[in-house]
Amino acid sequence: MTATAPQALATLPLADDALILSHRLGEWAGHAPVLEEEMALANIALDLLGQARALYAGLAEVLGGEDEIAFLREERAFRNCQLVEQPNGDFAHTMVRQLFFSAYQQPLYARLSPVLPLAAKAASETAYHRDHAEQWTLRLGDGTEESHARTQRAADALWRYTGELFQPVEGLDVAWQELAEEWHADIRDVFGRAGLTVPEGPSEGAWSAGAGRQGLHTEPFGRLLAEMQHLHRSHPGATW
Amino acid sequence: MTPVTSPPRGHGAGEGVSGTPDPAARGRAADPEAERSLQAAFDAAVAADERIEPRDWMPDAYRSTLVRQIAQHAHSEIIGMQPEANWITRAPSLRRKAILMAKVQDEAGHGLYLYGAAETLGTGRDELLDKLHTGRQKYSSIFNYPTLTWADVGAIGWLVDGAAITNQVPLCRCSYGPYARAMVRICKEESFHQRQGYELLLALARGTEAQRAMAQDAVDRWWWPSLMMFGPPDDESAHSAQSMAWKIKRHSNDELRQRFVDICVPQAEALGLTLPDPELRWNEERGHWDFGAIDWQEFREVLKGNGPCNEQRLNQRRAAHENGAWVREAAAAHAAKQAARAAQGAASAPRTARS
Repeated sequence: MTATAPQALATLPLADDALILSHRLGEWAGHAPVLEEEMALANIALDLLGQARALYAGLAEVLGGEDEIAFLREERAFRNCQLVEQPNGDFAHTMVRQLFFSAYQQPLYARLSPVLPLAAKAASETAYHRDHAEQWTLRLGDGTEESHARTQRAADALWRYTGELFQPVEGLDVAWQELAEEWHADIRDVFGRAGLTVPEGPSEGAWSAGAGRQGLHTEPFGRLLAEMQHLHRSHPGATW
Repeated sequence: MTPVTSPPRGHGAGEGVSGTPDPAARGRAADPEAERSLQAAFDAAVAADERIEPRDWMPDAYRSTLVRQIAQHAHSEIIGMQPEANWITRAPSLRRKAILMAKVQDEAGHGLYLYGAAETLGTGRDELLDKLHTGRQKYSSIFNYPTLTWADVGAIGWLVDGAAITNQVPLCRCSYGPYARAMVRICKEESFHQRQGYELLLALARGTEAQRAMAQDAVDRWWWPSLMMFGPPDDESAHSAQSMAWKIKRHSNDELRQRFVDICVPQAEALGLTLPDPELRWNEERGHWDFGAIDWQEFREVLKGNGPCNEQRLNQRRAAHENGAWVREAAAAHAAKQAARAAQGAASAPRTARS
């Protein structure tokens, strides 16, 4: 990434996506349905946090240190998509959110690997995240009546946040339309095998005029930031 | 650690006809004569510092003591995730957030190794979790104290993990092979956590006045409960003597407690923090630090369920388990459907081939 004005911040949306989803997954610690998922969810959260930190390091000249970027920006300065800030809900909700996101993040990183040093490693990490989410979508969609209903409900609720993923990010040279088509084909395939219905209707939320990528977020995001930033902001200038 | 391979003492003596280990039967021998010779072989192996392995004959009481201890240890790992997870979403830097998440994840991993070790003795994870959830098995009382500030994450690392390591390093030489081997791995990770906790406190102690005060307050609250982690004094410890004879336990509670105090005093000094015990002083004659009397009444109360967080910890654990029931049921249902489909596919395959 060259350091020209819009391009200098081109990776900020990717970094914020990774940080915020990592934070949400961290909320599961001690609450997961089985011990193996305590491990898996923490693993994904740690991968995402690692990606965010690596990307923030690349933005240091423009935005400052990683903690300044994470803890001292106001809500409107965050460029993450609205999907990743959505609350965890039940396990099905968390897994469908992960599938929707990882099925987007993985091919995006793969496309960026020639120009973004971190992307190749991140693409292989996110392939595991996508696979993990796919396996659970299949289990939950196919498992019991209850798990099927919960998973369908999650998909229906989260669908409106998926359109935003494919809005072009300034400075990232990606064939967004092609990425969107690939994503839809992937989701149709997984949902087909899971016996789930791909939702119809708008894939963009109330803030469709740009939304998260332009700094317009949903109500739960303010509380997320309040919790995440509170301690850091309570001790201005302190080192930890 | 390479497992000490021992001859299959009494192998097969109490097993099912098929040779599949039957944990319930393995502790028994057919007749008193055989029982005596198996017991003698077991005693000789323990005396020679050999490892007892899952398929070896072992006395019923040895097996049940190990299951109780390993289960309590496993439960402590998973309940112990809670007080620290309490700070994951508020960690004040991204570096600390990553360290803390990795630590809590390690604890889940320790839980997995330990439930696995208990399983080699014939008791499965579901049964042990049920005992935890219904209060029939315990976890370390230390986790019934709250983490009120960020510094508590450091104090837990330094003191609680430090005490755990002091307790657990000798368990790497425990006579039961799978437990000993699990402990080798766990101790390595725990000592990493202990250093991270110390380093966290050091950053606070060298930080602003408010940060230093936060660190001191945390040490003040965690010091005495950490000393209680070694269990009651030797003369009141119910299981100690037998466990030492079996080489499940290698040192007495008081011995390990003293070792811990001796390690911590200079470390506290290096941190520039004080330990909340006016009676702490170096005893030249003993070559150890003398320390004040422990409030065993508090220990007993917390053990009985009257600690600040007993109810909260157990409720959260039960809730996680109950809220996850539909997920586990779905996974089982999917696996069963898959198996049925595979069987159906296999049955119909020849027909397809013929047609």
